[in-house]
Amino acid sequence: MGFLQLEQVSKLYGEFAAVRDFDLEIERGEFISLLGPSGCGKTTTLQMIAGLVTPTNGRITLDGRDITREKPARRGLGVVFQSYALFPHMTVAQNVAFGLEMRKVAKAERDRQVAEILSLVKLTSLADRYPREMSGGQRQRVAIARALVIKPPVLLLDEPLSNLDAKLREEMQFELRRIQRVVGITTIMVTHDQAEALSISDRVVVMEGGKITQVDHPYSLYEHPKNNFISSFVGKSNFLAARAMNEATGVSLRVDNTDLKIPATGSYPGGELCLSVRPEKIRLTDPAGAMLHGPVSSRYFLGNHWLLSVSTPAGEISVAVANLGAPPPSEGDITGLTWNIEECRVLAAEQESALQS
Amino acid sequence: MTGAATRTQPRPLAPFLLAAPATLLFVGLILLPLALTAVLSFNVYDYSSGVRNQYTTANYLTVLQDPYYLAIFWRTLRLALLTTVIAVLLGTPEAYILTRMGKPWRSIFLLVIIGPLLVSVVVRTFGWSMLLGRDGLVNHALAVLGLEPVQLLYTETAIVIALVHIMLPFMVIPVWTALQKLDPTVEAAALSLGASRFTALRRVVFPQATLGILSGSLIVFGLSASAFAIPGLLGGRRLKMAATVVYDEYLIELNWPLGAAIAIIVLLANLAIMLAYNRMVERQAKRRLG
Ligand SMILES: Nc1ncnc2c1ncn2[C@@H]1O[C@H](COP(=O)(O)OP(=O)(O)O)[C@@H](O)[C@H]1O
Ligand SMILES: [Mg+2]
Repeated sequence: MGFLQLEQVSKLYGEFAAVRDFDLEIERGEFISLLGPSGCGKTTTLQMIAGLVTPTNGRITLDGRDITREKPARRGLGVVFQSYALFPHMTVAQNVAFGLEMRKVAKAERDRQVAEILSLVKLTSLADRYPREMSGGQRQRVAIARALVIKPPVLLLDEPLSNLDAKLREEMQFELRRIQRVVGITTIMVTHDQAEALSISDRVVVMEGGKITQVDHPYSLYEHPKNNFISSFVGKSNFLAARAMNEATGVSLRVDNTDLKIPATGSYPGGELCLSVRPEKIRLTDPAGAMLHGPVSSRYFLGNHWLLSVSTPAGEISVAVANLGAPPPSEGDITGLTWNIEECRVLAAEQESALQS
Repeated sequence: MTGAATRTQPRPLAPFLLAAPATLLFVGLILLPLALTAVLSFNVYDYSSGVRNQYTTANYLTVLQDPYYLAIFWRTLRLALLTTVIAVLLGTPEAYILTRMGKPWRSIFLLVIIGPLLVSVVVRTFGWSMLLGRDGLVNHALAVLGLEPVQLLYTETAIVIALVHIMLPFMVIPVWTALQKLDPTVEAAALSLGASRFTALRRVVFPQATLGILSGSLIVFGLSASAFAIPGLLGGRRLKMAATVVYDEYLIELNWPLGAAIAIIVLLANLAIMLAYNRMVERQAKRRLG
């Protein structure tokens, strides 16, 4: 039994299901990300856990206690809102002290705890500033401090990094993980940025249209996406139309007019299939003997790697080539493409769900 | 080159010309009458010969030394303050409820709130005098409940009730505007930190509407202190307020200079109070809310 558990939780707005049959079990101290495109129900899920939205169906339990209908104040979870929702008319110290005041903590003890948490988020020197006198990154740390100071059993973060610029976002990502490790708090973070979810979470929950499509550790999620949506949303992928050919020796897939031998780990119904392979898994080789070949149609330099697009008989294929010094073939050059056959995923074309895992 | 130069050449007169119509209007309709009133207030008045072309400060001394006028000033200040306080207490929650209303209801209730402004002040005030009169609806209701009838008409209570009624929109609308700009998740944050709904409103929502409440109070105080029809009709002959006593001096006593002196005193007092209040609240709100 998990520390925080959601069972068959749904939220309907009229006929429209913002969240449907959400099942998730979270262990104490885990860092979970809810990942999905905008409008897929991430915020709604988070707010149901916080108690700010009442679920239509289902049950939420925290440490064995049913909190489905409990008031937000009673749950005592720490929430960091997307807009940070700081109290603009209070100083940083007053913002952070608010939750303690509501808990009737004596003034001296309150000051001590506020000072402690502000030093954790490295804001001690700004305690007397007002929110509007601070930068985005500093405001975000105030919001985290304010949520943590009440020692909540669970910390809920709604797109905490989306209002920061790229460089700051990267720094704050690891800062967030550091704080979470120090405090050891169970954390659920909502994000639409897959890089963010992969880099700092213990497990990632992928959502699409109000439903969970996959729950996995970041590495397995990236390497074994369950459907085309996930393989294109988490990282990038090339999709190749394929057809299964059953042979006595095993399975081989026909892509265009080339036969690709696939290790026989699953059974493929005869018919349309979809092969997915990540751009960074493809190697450039001599056209002779390559799996596919064709002219380079575009080439972009992205600093740490090159992004090539190659026109093959199976369609346009993106290839990421690490920048190891020598420039790759330029536009118009014919090149061959090869990858380890274990590196590609095979999915049924129409169902878009995994046949092999 | 030359074409571009002529086009961008500064025209020093343009701002003044553009501002001229508004300036003329302001000078003609506000500054000039005000200056004439100020001059008039220093003129000598004689009951037999009327306003004379001599100047004196006697009018001011008369007003400031006469307990009759001082009592009227005191009452004006007291009733205007009371009206403002009640309007803040009623108007702020009312504005909050309005922000929380759904689609059709918000417009309907906004209309209800502005309603009093759409009715002529005389009609509205007579309405109140019928409700509050000795034989009015309020006393009938009290009689049904077995209570003694109360004297409401021609009391300060009647004036305050009618003033609050007409002043509420001037309080609700600025506060509503201020509340609309707030981020609703800030209130949710207070709830998630353990605040009750009431505490969240008191500690988090309303303090952010301070500037709206400030402008609302200034309008309400200013309009109440210079209200004429309501004290005139509901206060009767005895209960004078500043505007009604000025009217009396002008049209009944025909002592225009004295009336002008009262008007100037009221204007200056009103201005001083409003500026002081504005400074006090704004200084506090400025640093926090920017
Ligand atoms: N109060 C509401 N009333 C009606 N629909 C809502 C409400 N809140 C959210 N929704 C809808 O529910 C869906 C999920 O919203 P949300 O959880 O905010 O998505 P996300 O945070 O993943 O972007 C959206 O399509 C949104 O329009
Ligand atoms: Mg959201």
